[in-house]
Amino acid sequence: MSERLHEKLEILADAAKYDVSCSSSGSKRKNHNKGLGEATGSGICHTYTEDGRCVSLLKILLTNHCIFDCAYCVTRKSNDIKRAAFTVQEVVDLTMNFYRRNYIEGLFLSSGIFKNADYTMERLVSVAKKLRTENKFNGYIHLKTIPGASDELMHEAGLWADRLSVNIEIPTESGLKLLAPDKNIKDMIEPMTYLKKEIIRTKEESKIFKSAPLFAPAGQSTQMIIGASGESDKDIMHTANKFYKGFNLKRVYYSGYVPISNDNRLPELGSAVPVLRENRLYQTDWLMRFYGFHVQELLNDQFPNLDPEIDPKLSWALRNMAFFPVDVNTADLQLILRVPGIGVQSAQKIVGARRFNKLGWDHLKKIGIALNRAKYFITCNSPITDRKDYTEAKIRQFILNESRSKFLTNGGQQYNLFG
Amino acid sequence: MEASSIIFSDKPVNVSYDGTWYGLLTAVFEAYSKKWNVSGFSIIDKESQSDFFAEKVIVVTDETKSQRVWLGLKKKVPKENCIQLYRCYLSEMPGMEFTIFSCIKFYFSGFDSPHLAYGNSDVLKISQTSKMVYREKHRMEAFVRFQRTADDLYYAGIEPDFNVIPLLSQHFAERYADQNWLIYDIKRKYGIYYDQDKVEEITLNFSNEAGEKTAVKDVFHDSETLYQELWKNYFKNVNIPSRRNIKLHVQHVPKRYWKHLIEKK
Ligand code: SF4
Repeated sequence: MSERLHEKLEILADAAKYDVSCSSSGSKRKNHNKGLGEATGSGICHTYTEDGRCVSLLKILLTNHCIFDCAYCVTRKSNDIKRAAFTVQEVVDLTMNFYRRNYIEGLFLSSGIFKNADYTMERLVSVAKKLRTENKFNGYIHLKTIPGASDELMHEAGLWADRLSVNIEIPTESGLKLLAPDKNIKDMIEPMTYLKKEIIRTKEESKIFKSAPLFAPAGQSTQMIIGASGESDKDIMHTANKFYKGFNLKRVYYSGYVPISNDNRLPELGSAVPVLRENRLYQTDWLMRFYGFHVQELLNDQFPNLDPEIDPKLSWALRNMAFFPVDVNTADLQLILRVPGIGVQSAQKIVGARRFNKLGWDHLKKIGIALNRAKYFITCNSPITDRKDYTEAKIRQFILNESRSKFLTNGGQQYNLFG
Repeated sequence: MEASSIIFSDKPVNVSYDGTWYGLLTAVFEAYSKKWNVSGFSIIDKESQSDFFAEKVIVVTDETKSQRVWLGLKKKVPKENCIQLYRCYLSEMPGMEFTIFSCIKFYFSGFDSPHLAYGNSDVLKISQTSKMVYREKHRMEAFVRFQRTADDLYYAGIEPDFNVIPLLSQHFAERYADQNWLIYDIKRKYGIYYDQDKVEEITLNFSNEAGEKTAVKDVFHDSETLYQELWKNYFKNVNIPSRRNIKLHVQHVPKRYWKHLIEKK
């Protein structure tokens, strides 16, 4: 009995791990009925995998039986693997018992498609419903919505879940046709459109009626696989931008393709996971969401791919030297945000602190900005020590040399956002 | 002796208090209102390398006085900055009381929004230390691993660097409202216990050295081993070997916490 449960967990956790989203933030579900759990904060990573990813949710498939044959997916029909399926009750028990021990923030439940979309979706929904009603569970629930599921089921899913997602997986339509012949873009877009409408409608309602029920309070998200279909960074980020703007998505995730088959439509087994590229895409995503950059500024026909050597903010700055230098003692927050080496928090600190005294290099260092980059792009109250009129190529060289030696002393692999 | 008026304002004073937060705020009140030339703080009955030349004054904790400091602070700086001072107190770092004292003095010095003066070394130190304590509080919210005992108590032992237990009760009481739980600081020998109604501070009397272990392990619930094993198994299976990055892993889950993490045992 417990052996079979172990085996199911192995198979169905293993198959779910390629979905990189593990976020449990953005909801506002309180423990309103003195039950178990809440999902109000920014979400907690309870542990990290050995590849350094946050583990916040119990992330599993309900089953890895699937009638589709998407080339990039381990669960695809033609793959010769062990199949398994949880019962609804098993998922409920695992979630409750893991949660009570403070292992997790909640459940992320996805599934292969068995029989058809509605049949599968119905089971996902019933897990969530059981948790919420019979078990008074108020922790985080993220349900994957199955492309092509009915509006009624989508609606019910929204009532019980905090977040819903449809993974687009392949950023271009041609790539999708090639790699996921059973899927069509319409089946993916429709649920997103429906959810967007419902989320907005229920938000409006809750302004009028305080007691209006929550509907997917943490919104919807999607994921794209990187490096499986020969797409450019521009393809990816412009698609992401469309999703953010068109469907009010909370998050778009980028997942470097992990080679899983010998299919000649895909990178071969043993090729490296594009981790650095993935990191650059996340940086770009942040610049769009928190730094006021438009996607077109970062990726366009002239620059369709990100520079692997330097982060996209620095890359943009070097292409736009006319913006600089920025005077940190007088410039608007928006401008300071564009300086390489200055993050959102530091930018806000600068604006707060400069009211007391004019800021010099010392102050800026204390505030925590990365002067080794920023110094080429700002002026402050200290005399200019190291800013002759360098060309962008020179600056690039200086920064690269410095970060290379740092890279070496650190002993390698570690990609921070604008570290 | 009561804090008294025999002190002359230019003589260095070492202020001795009872080690509590209210005690420290009382000490700040006395030192500030009597304009003492404070050389340092110490905890009554605790050995300290206090300044040999300084006069030692014992301050008796007074709730009214401490409240006055606290309420006064709230008028000067946002609540978050008041709480920062409390977190710094919980850091138990040597000399921290003096930084707290200096920072409070600065907050009262009449500047507009003094908490934004990151150029001031005390303000900066408070903000940085507070961040460290907050980070560990956050880590504990993540790393506490409850074990269910036969009488349905969810027990977790922790050994944090800082004294973060007081910062944890609200989070756990809200989240685990329908189960009895106990979080115990093994190093500082006290914990918080929740009985589905209120949180209480408690100390446990283990009869022997190995007490903490045996007392609890003998009385596990039948299902406890199953779920621990399932969790370990889950942890193993979400890993993607081709993305392995142990450096990053250890940075997020520092080794000193592994002892109490089921999945790292
Ligand atoms: S439908 Fe989903 S689970 Fe099935 S093969 Fe395609 S991606 Fe995999």
